[in-house]
Amino acid sequence: MHLGVPAPILHLLLLVVSLGVFGFILGRRIALLRAGAPDPRTDRAGERLKSLLVMGFGQSRQPRYLLAGVAHIVVFAGFLILTVRSATLLGEGFVAGVSHVGFAYASLKDFAALAVLIACAVLAVRRIFVRPERYHDRYATASHAGEALVILALIVLLLVADAFHEGALLANEGERHAALPLATLAAATLDGLSETTLGGVHLASFWLHNVALLFFLCFLPLAKHFHVLSALPNVFLRNLTPGGQVKPPRFDQPDLDEIEKLGVGSLEDFTWKHLLDFLTCTDCGRCSDHCPAYATGTPLSPRMISIKCRDEAYASYPVLGQPKPAEERKALVGELIADEEIWACTTCGACEESCPVLNEYVDKMVDMRRFLVDDGRVPAGLQGALADLEKRGNPYGKMPRKRADWVGKGEDATGVTVLGKGKGAELLFFTDSCAAYDPRVQDTARAFAKVLNAAGCEVGTLGKDEVDSGGEARRLGEEGLFETLRDRNLEALEERQFERVVTTDPHALNSLSHDYPLEQPVLHHSQLLAELVAAGELELAPSGDERVHTFHDPCYLGRHNDEYDAPRRVLESLPGLRTVEMERSKSRSFCCGGGSLYSFYEGECETRMGAERLAMAERAGAQVVVTACPFCLLNLEDAVKTSGKEESMEVVDLAELVERSMNGGPTPRESESPEK
Amino acid sequence: MDVLVCVKRVPDVAEAEIEIARDGKAIDESDLSHGTNEWDDYAVEAAVSLKEQHGGSVTALTVGDEDAEEVLRRALAMGADEGVRLDDPLFAAADAQGVATILRHAIAQRPYDLILTGAVSSDAGGGLVGASLAAGLGIPHVSLATSLEVEGTSATVRHEAEGGLERIVTLDLPAVVTVQTGINEPRYVSIRGIRKVAGKEIPLLGAPEVGLDAAALGTRVVLGELFLPEQGEGAEILEGGDDEVAEALVQRLHERGGLPA
Repeated sequence: MHLGVPAPILHLLLLVVSLGVFGFILGRRIALLRAGAPDPRTDRAGERLKSLLVMGFGQSRQPRYLLAGVAHIVVFAGFLILTVRSATLLGEGFVAGVSHVGFAYASLKDFAALAVLIACAVLAVRRIFVRPERYHDRYATASHAGEALVILALIVLLLVADAFHEGALLANEGERHAALPLATLAAATLDGLSETTLGGVHLASFWLHNVALLFFLCFLPLAKHFHVLSALPNVFLRNLTPGGQVKPPRFDQPDLDEIEKLGVGSLEDFTWKHLLDFLTCTDCGRCSDHCPAYATGTPLSPRMISIKCRDEAYASYPVLGQPKPAEERKALVGELIADEEIWACTTCGACEESCPVLNEYVDKMVDMRRFLVDDGRVPAGLQGALADLEKRGNPYGKMPRKRADWVGKGEDATGVTVLGKGKGAELLFFTDSCAAYDPRVQDTARAFAKVLNAAGCEVGTLGKDEVDSGGEARRLGEEGLFETLRDRNLEALEERQFERVVTTDPHALNSLSHDYPLEQPVLHHSQLLAELVAAGELELAPSGDERVHTFHDPCYLGRHNDEYDAPRRVLESLPGLRTVEMERSKSRSFCCGGGSLYSFYEGECETRMGAERLAMAERAGAQVVVTACPFCLLNLEDAVKTSGKEESMEVVDLAELVERSMNGGPTPRESESPEK
Repeated sequence: MDVLVCVKRVPDVAEAEIEIARDGKAIDESDLSHGTNEWDDYAVEAAVSLKEQHGGSVTALTVGDEDAEEVLRRALAMGADEGVRLDDPLFAAADAQGVATILRHAIAQRPYDLILTGAVSSDAGGGLVGASLAAGLGIPHVSLATSLEVEGTSATVRHEAEGGLERIVTLDLPAVVTVQTGINEPRYVSIRGIRKVAGKEIPLLGAPEVGLDAAALGTRVVLGELFLPEQGEGAEILEGGDDEVAEALVQRLHERGGLPA
């Protein structure tokens, strides 16, 4: 039988037309990206390559959702294997036999195709029958399920066509191969057909495959399946700066005052990479599924930020025709994305951590806030806190000269020295505003100071010369205020000598580490405690506390600064302490409600993040939540009080827990209510 | 339309521990931060909103020393076109009516359709300047405005009246309207916004420039002494559970005639 398929002219025409269309659409998409702001992403090629291999080709973020993740890995790996087949089948149109690259590959791709088919069936069942909640965003106005099903159908069509293309050959020769299960299955359905009919099936399935393939190619950049093409580049071009660092307002203008338009107010103000994020979004809903703002019913759904911006980008830069002028569009910030969505973000980073294609969110939120701040659109509650930061260096409006009152005098002295100008100490304790002024959190600072004292550390603090680190002001978009606060702190720090900085506030840790050009290392108190434990500097005795403890990872310690182990090592060192992990721990930790300035923002929500988190701790069987952040402490304690669980739940800082073990007995402290 | 808005720099007294200066005539402001009088922020916002709706200009005026420039800069950052500072050794002892006189003389030199000011200042708390200014200029006046709309040559103002009433009045322009907090949501002024107007020149007018002399100012109110109120007696903190506290409170109210028997 002659089963040759070459038809070079027809094939060339098909290729030229489809690749032309594909190239044109891609060109339009690239034109859109070129309209964005600059964003240097070509540094550190080695690290980028590693990300590409591990997170791109390795799909390392997929298994967080086991079934869907594994199914996706199967489809992805199958596609990689089938790429060779697809390419050679296109070649078959010109030269007979090009697609026969050896039996080993034929067998491999046949198994791969079978696996992909099974995975597609699983995914289709999920889409149609299981309908997981995360696919159906509460704020979505249109469902992308239809498109997902079209794509699944196209994949199935490609695989089935290829199977019949191969199966016709097997049937013609009366062969069966255990190593070619899918083709054999197709051959079985063709048994008994005449040679001519088989030749027809062979030819028809060939054309069906190639037409479907080229249609697939052109369809991808039109909608959410652009990720098939852009995900790998997107992962390669990922943000390599530390998680807690925010991007500068503009990469091409370091001077804030020289920037003409600050922040993101329209589509083109996003960096080109952030626009690529929108195009790459797979609409999987993992970000919103992990977002504490979405979980508590605020107006924010990170996924909808991406979807709305992508829809707007496609509408503003249509494949055919001129870009839509700005005045004919909705305002990106204010109309397309409401101010309340932008303020609802606590910058916890859970969305970014869960995104399989490494899209960024926090930087986008901060950029949009920069625009709002510059436009004067700041919620009233936050305005007061920002004004107090400017005038008094703390968001509570407290007097600067009282900033070091917590160190105590006489019998209450903690042993921490308030350092005058020109003085120094081995450790500089940067309290930041909360530990300096909040009566409840002052207890944490004092407990930590006492532990350090017992370990023989020499500790100093800046006193009234310290102002708020400004990290939260920066993340709320008030870049100028952040610069002012940073410069005041830097001046105070330069006037004193110290070897290391330590803080009990992960937000200060983050800001001092990433926002400040400090030479000295900055430590979180959990890290210093772990160090002291390892060096045997602390005498720890069983506290006799039988309750089960769980550690709540503060976002700015864990996700943003990658420190999950130090606090756990400290907990392990406490004799007899019973511990349990919450399901959402470490990088999946659930934000307590936000630090510092977020407590001044009263946006609408259905439940409180702190209450949700407390419930998670209860479900894990814990009676004590240990944390290592003043805001986690306050938010979770608030949740304990508002839910009336004072009898059954306690929230405690790691340093306080260590102090109890040093005293060698259970001394659950009487907590004062924090001043409002 | 051209709107003039009068603003004042005041100490921030919230959360602050107030101490009286040695001369007994002022509070010790050395430890205090300062800023725009809260009511004046709303007045500036109202003025800038009117400019955004109707076009025209906004000019902010203040009577005060060099430090007072900061409140004019804030007004400029919010959208005022010009700031004018009025300062002279003669002005130092001016009472509320004196301040109104200074403002009146400065205002007489420029065109305007509407004058806005905060209803009251958070330091002196007299609430006198707006009304005195209107009387001096011989134009209509309404105080404690909670909403303000301008159409053509008249303004419709909703304002707080005595006895918890609110009243809506229409008055011919030019007029003076003093603004109550809550009339709007003042826009946020960022540090960058302030820095942007840092280089803008703010004209300084003294007594000769506005055509004033000591006789015309004639201070009538002289501060005798400033003192912190004596801590009184009779305050009682009720302790116990919610029910007990409520019961104890009701009992005391009955005892002292606060509730009908």
